[in-house]
Order: sequence, then C-alpha cells, then structure tokens
Amino acid sequence: MIRFILGRLIKAVFILLAILVFNFLLIHAAPGDPAAVMAGEAGAADEKFLADLRANFGLDQPLYVQLWLYIKGAVQLDLGYSFRQQMPVAEMIGDRLPATLLLTGVAFVLSLVLGVAAGVAASARQGRWGDTIISTFALLFYATPLFWVALMATLVFSVWLEWLPGFGYSTIGAGYTGLAHVLDVAKHLVLPASTLGLFFTAIYMRMTRASMLEVSRLDFVKTARAKGLSRGVIQRRHILRNALLPVITLAGLQAGQIFGGAILTETVFAWPGIGRLMFEAINQRDYNVILGVFYISAAMVLLFNLITDVIYVIVDPRIRLTT
Amino acid sequence: MFKTTKLTAAVLALALAGPLAAQDGTPKAGGTLNVVIQPEPPSLMIGLVQNGPTQMVGGDIYESLLRYDFDLKPEGQLAESWEISEDGKTYTFKLRKGVVFHDGEPFTSADVEFSMDKFLRETHSRMRTYMEHVESIETPDDYTVVFKLKQPFGPFIGIFEAGTAPMIPKHIYEGTDFANNPANNTPIGTGPFKFDKWEKGSFIHLVKNEDYYMEGKPYVDEVYYHVIPDAASRAVAYETGKVDVLPGGSVENFDVARIQAMDNTCITDKGWEYFGPLSWMWVNNDNKPLDDVKVRKAIMHGIDREFAKDALWNGLGKVATGPLSSSTRFYDGDTPDISYDPDQAKALLAESSYNGETIRILGLPYGETWQRWAEAVKQNLSEIGMTTEIVPSDVAGWNQKVADRDFDLAFTYLYQYGDPALGVSRTYMGDNAAPGSPWNNVADYQNPETDKLFDAAALMASPDDRMAAYKTIQDKIVEDVPNIWLLELGFPTIYRCDVKNPVNTAFGVNDGFRDVWIDK
Repeated sequence: MIRFILGRLIKAVFILLAILVFNFLLIHAAPGDPAAVMAGEAGAADEKFLADLRANFGLDQPLYVQLWLYIKGAVQLDLGYSFRQQMPVAEMIGDRLPATLLLTGVAFVLSLVLGVAAGVAASARQGRWGDTIISTFALLFYATPLFWVALMATLVFSVWLEWLPGFGYSTIGAGYTGLAHVLDVAKHLVLPASTLGLFFTAIYMRMTRASMLEVSRLDFVKTARAKGLSRGVIQRRHILRNALLPVITLAGLQAGQIFGGAILTETVFAWPGIGRLMFEAINQRDYNVILGVFYISAAMVLLFNLITDVIYVIVDPRIRLTT
Repeated sequence: MFKTTKLTAAVLALALAGPLAAQDGTPKAGGTLNVVIQPEPPSLMIGLVQNGPTQMVGGDIYESLLRYDFDLKPEGQLAESWEISEDGKTYTFKLRKGVVFHDGEPFTSADVEFSMDKFLRETHSRMRTYMEHVESIETPDDYTVVFKLKQPFGPFIGIFEAGTAPMIPKHIYEGTDFANNPANNTPIGTGPFKFDKWEKGSFIHLVKNEDYYMEGKPYVDEVYYHVIPDAASRAVAYETGKVDVLPGGSVENFDVARIQAMDNTCITDKGWEYFGPLSWMWVNNDNKPLDDVKVRKAIMHGIDREFAKDALWNGLGKVATGPLSSSTRFYDGDTPDISYDPDQAKALLAESSYNGETIRILGLPYGETWQRWAEAVKQNLSEIGMTTEIVPSDVAGWNQKVADRDFDLAFTYLYQYGDPALGVSRTYMGDNAAPGSPWNNVADYQNPETDKLFDAAALMASPDDRMAAYKTIQDKIVEDVPNIWLLELGFPTIYRCDVKNPVNTAFGVNDGFRDVWIDK
C-alpha cells in the first residue's frame, strides 16, 4: 500500500510538471497580454506606458526564460506575483480559498448524501410513482443550466419572497461577530450551495439508481435473498456497497474540483471564491494567477484520484493496487 | 419588441426631463452610501491606473486643483483661484490653505510640482503628452504654483481633474519606485473620503475624512463599493436595497426600464460631459475595398443608428454627427449629412469598388448590448447588399486584434476629455497611425490638411481661432468618413431619489461623493 502511494506520488509530480508547462504555453498562446489589457482599460496609452508595464511584469524576457523562472518558482511552491493586483499569488489564493472551500465543500457533501439517498430510494421503488417523481426531478435538475437555476433561485427567494440574500458572502458593513456572523454567512450560503449542489445531486442520484439496479440482478443478491436476509440488509450490505464504486469515481472527480471553485455559481452570487478569481484573471491575462489556480487544482485532482483509488480497496477488497 | 422599447424610451425621456436632484433642501449629515463598482479595480492608486473603476473610487480619495461643471467650466478644488496670462503661456494657481493629506501632512505647492513634474510624467501616458507643452513649473511660495508653457496650449486649463492630474503626496512617493511602492495599497490623498478596507472580491470601504477642508463636508459617514460580477445580480442588488447607486454601465440596458420604474428611483445621463464617450466603428482604411470612400459612405448611410439608440440603448445618448461629441469644446453640429439612408447607401455601393467581399466586423466584448449592436449592424449591411461576418473575441483578444489592425470594421468607444486636442486629434493624425496601439489612428486616416490644422489649433491662444480651425477639420473629416461614427453614448446613473447630488460635475460619480447627502 505504502509503496503504491509513494509510486503514485512520484508519478504525480511529473504529471504536474507536464500540466504546468502545457498550461503556461496555452495561456501565452492566447492573444493579448496583461499589459495590453491594463492599457486597454485606461483607454489611452503610449509606447512607454506599455513598455514600463511589460518590463515590470517580466514580459519583456523571452518566453523560455519566463517559463524557466515560473517552473523554478513553482517547484519551490512559489506561485509568483500578480503585478496587476500588486500581491503574491499565494496570498490571493489563500484569501479566496476559505470561501470556495465552504461553498464547494457544502455543495459536495449535500449532493453526495442527497444524491445517494435519493438513488437508493428510487431503485427500491423501481417503476413505481416514487421512482418516477425522484427520477423526473433528477432529470430536470440535470438538464437545466446552472446559471438559469441560479438566477431563478435569486428571483424567487431573494427578490420575491425576500427570505434569503441573493448574493455576497456576508452582510457588508453589518459588523457581525461570533454566532451572528456564522448565521449570516450560512444564510448567504444557502442559495449558491444548493444551486451548485442540485446538479451534482442529480448526477449522483441517476448513477446510484442505475448501479443499484444493475447489482440487484446479480447472482449473489439472489443467494442473499435465498438465505432469507431481510430486504434492508440486502439493500445496504450487499447491493449498495457494490453499487457505490462508480459513485466513488465520480465523487473523486468532484472532490478534485472543490479547490478549483465554481466559476458560474460564484459569479452569479458574487461569492468571493477561487473560480471567480480565475475567471477574472483569464480575462485580464493575469498569467501568474491563472497558472497558480491551475496548479492548485491540478495538484488536488491528482491527490483525490489517489485517494479515490485507495477508497476502492477499502470498499471492495477484490481490487488490488498495482503501480 | 420595438413597440415596448419605444415606450420605454418615452418614459425615460420624461424621467430625464424631470428636475435633476438639485441642491434641494438642507443637507443632512450621516448615513452610509452603497455603490456598485464594476469591474473590480486592479488598484486604487489613481496616478498609476487610469481605468474607470479606479477613477471612481480614487475620485473620493484623490483630488486635483480644479473640477468642471456640466459645461466644462472650471471650479476651484484644491486651487482657490487661478489666472491665465494674456499670451496664454503662464498659468498661476493659488492653492487653498489648511489642506492636509489623510496622514496629516500639509498639502503644498511642492506636492503639485512633484505630482505633475515627477510622478505623472513618469506613470501617466496622457499627462506625459500634456506636460510636453510645459517649459517650467515654479513654486514661489507654499501656496502658489506657476506653470510656464512653451507655447499657448488651449486645452491646458482642462487637465486639472482627479483622473488626469491627481495630487499625490510627495512625502510618501519621492525617491521611491512609484509602481511598486507599498503605499499604493493604502492610498493617501486629500479627498473627502479616506481608504479603510478592501476585501478583494467583495467590497471597498471608505470612511469620512473628518479633517476635510470644506466645512461640514462630506455629509455621509462611509461609502461601500460593492463588487458584484454579474450584471443581473447587480440589478437584483439595487432591487433588494443592497445598493443605492448604480453608476453608468452597471446593469444591462434592457434592465434599465424595469429598475427605473421602481419607487424612489431617479436616473440621470449627466456626468459624462468631460468624457464625451463617442462610439464608432474603426474602418481599416488600408484594406480593400474599404479604402474606397464610396464604400465607407455606403456603410455610414446604411446603418440605422436611431434604431440602435432606441432598441439597444433605451433611447439614451445621441446619434453622432461626426468625430466630436456634442459636449466636447468646439463641437460643430453643422457638418455634412451622414444620416440613415439605405437607398443612397445602395446607390453608393453600386458605384463603388465593392464586389461582394466578406467584411469582418469585430464587436466590442463589453456585454450583451454591444454584441446585439454588432448583430444589428450586420443586418443593416446585409440589407444594402454587403456580406459580413462577426468575429468573436474577449477583451484581451480585441485589444490585440485592433492593435495589429486585424479587422475590417471594429466597434470601439473612446473618451474625448473635453477638448479635441486632448481626445480627438489622436484618432485622426496621420503620424499617429503606427500599428501596436488600439487607441491611436487605428483606421490609418491620412490627410495632411487636417493634420496641419490639428497641430495649429492646439496651440492657438484665441478660442475663436480654435473654433474656426476645428470647424474646418470636422467638415473635412466627415467628408472622408474614415470611421463610421455611431452614438454619443448615454450611460445612465441610477440612484435612490433620497440620495442627493450623486452627479453634479462633468465627471459624475467619478468626481467623488463630496456633496452627496442622504435625505432620510
């Protein structure tokens, strides 16, 4: 097991490096650079202004030098500096990470629990009205674009009913502390987290249901039934445990994205998270910030893939780890 | 669709005709002002960054010697009085006494000299060109500044506003690397509000400057600038009462009618006179068949700009008559006719060298309105028999394509800074056409006659002489149609009616909230 993990970690480092180089080249292939964007926003600029900015940003050096400097920094976990924002990238990401983790984490747990529960419930009632209702809702949420759900949720719960704040992380200027602050943030979290969670809930539900039905037709389930085990025990211990493997795969993928943030949800709800930071950085060609977010997300995806593989072994002892 | 927009246009016109929040009632002190800021500025140091949001927040923190009313007439700000010599070459400013920076240091003529001569000359592209005209700056005492010009430069009196010539504390910046001074993150000026806190991605918080030199001002205790990235959410923020002021461009135009129908909601399109934002399509005059003036004229007459104004801009703004905005000095309304006339357009096209080539239209990636506008132009041009395609891009890509001259027609809009010598000549001067910049003479318009006139008009001492020169220039340029002028853009500022005076200079909300009070 330890050998497996070490082997994978070593591989991961090389994959990460390859991703970094690829991202770097990709982002520099896009037209325009941060200096041109900043000058563009000013609406007027002369040669000196652009040259000063480029020199300041290090963009006047050949591309391979810039790449080498970036990789050298990245290996030492130095993510560089955002010249646009006059801040180290690590600090910027650190500022935004808590908000993102809260949003994506809550959405992740919510969707996993709800999705699996709904999937189990639907499969147990296959073909009956309970199944139909759950499946219909799942299909609806699966097929509806996220931004539309977000806008409608704001319209209904924030504008019409005035139950929940429509955007933001906390009430600005209220100066809440302690429990009041926690409650305030929780209130602001409801709409974005459920919007983001609904989509994944639908996916987990559909996957769990399909997988449960597939497993329930296998011979060992018949055997269990023949042994006289109760319906509940068969569902939980025999079917669910075996049906969970594809769900775990998917959860591993979603977990990797937790650190990458949710661009759409964060934008519509003005949630000050990583996704928005990255999206704005892309528009502004703030290279170091984009690469920094990519770096962190890539590392997290690799890490969670590894964790997923380890969980497989725990859930299904038939699986053996080989590097 | 068309019917309703006509209606909203009428409603809007009515609302705009109503009394503008003038100095009604006695100002009340106190309260919090909540304002939308979009997009989030990269920095608040207005001497280093000249984009819109930086100016909006920076305009509360920093000040200049003057400010300008809706007719661009100067008013004193940090200067108490000023004098221009007969020959137009000496400008003498008397500064206010008892002004201090937010850190308590006094503001004196040394700061003026430092800001203009050292700081802005180094960091500010526009100021760099304006300062070319300055021979010397003298500071005979702490409260007098004398600018000696090399030759008369008419627009000079128009550059002393916070976005162009902010007063920067010498004691903080002298001898430092301006761009990387850590003080840039905690901006210090003389303005009515002090910087308090910036939670990136959420809000910027300014508090009242208790030591402000104007008795009783500012009235409000604090200002929150809310960062809300999505246009629909910004509309919701106003509707749910989270913000009270939506500066121009905060919400999509199609939401304006709905929002302004709300109770206690006022709207004004004033406060843009200095900028005079004029939109046009760059025409690549070097590309065939656009090098043919008949093709350009056909496009000009083939575009229904009234429709764009009513349907896309809610009836706000004005149809442009030529290269100058009507709020810019020396505007001449009596230029050759360029109005919508599809029949004339077809006739011109038939006589021209156009043979069905596909014309590439580069839209401006600034949101829905601009995208629809490109589609409307495509439609108009297909009606007169031209084949076009719309090229998609994002902001950085747009900049690059325009700088590289990789387009046939490209939407843009630019500020005019109140004077043709500051904001218009750059677009038409023949020697300012080198590729690499998206703001110079991108169209590559070459006309030695107007070049000469532009050069001369900037340096004339008498306004009457300047008017005569600019009148000829406008006639000539409109005759040549180097660009397709669209609209003088109208950006409505929407605010709660009990917020008084949010817009009372030619800079609107960019001039800070010095005079704002809340009637509650």
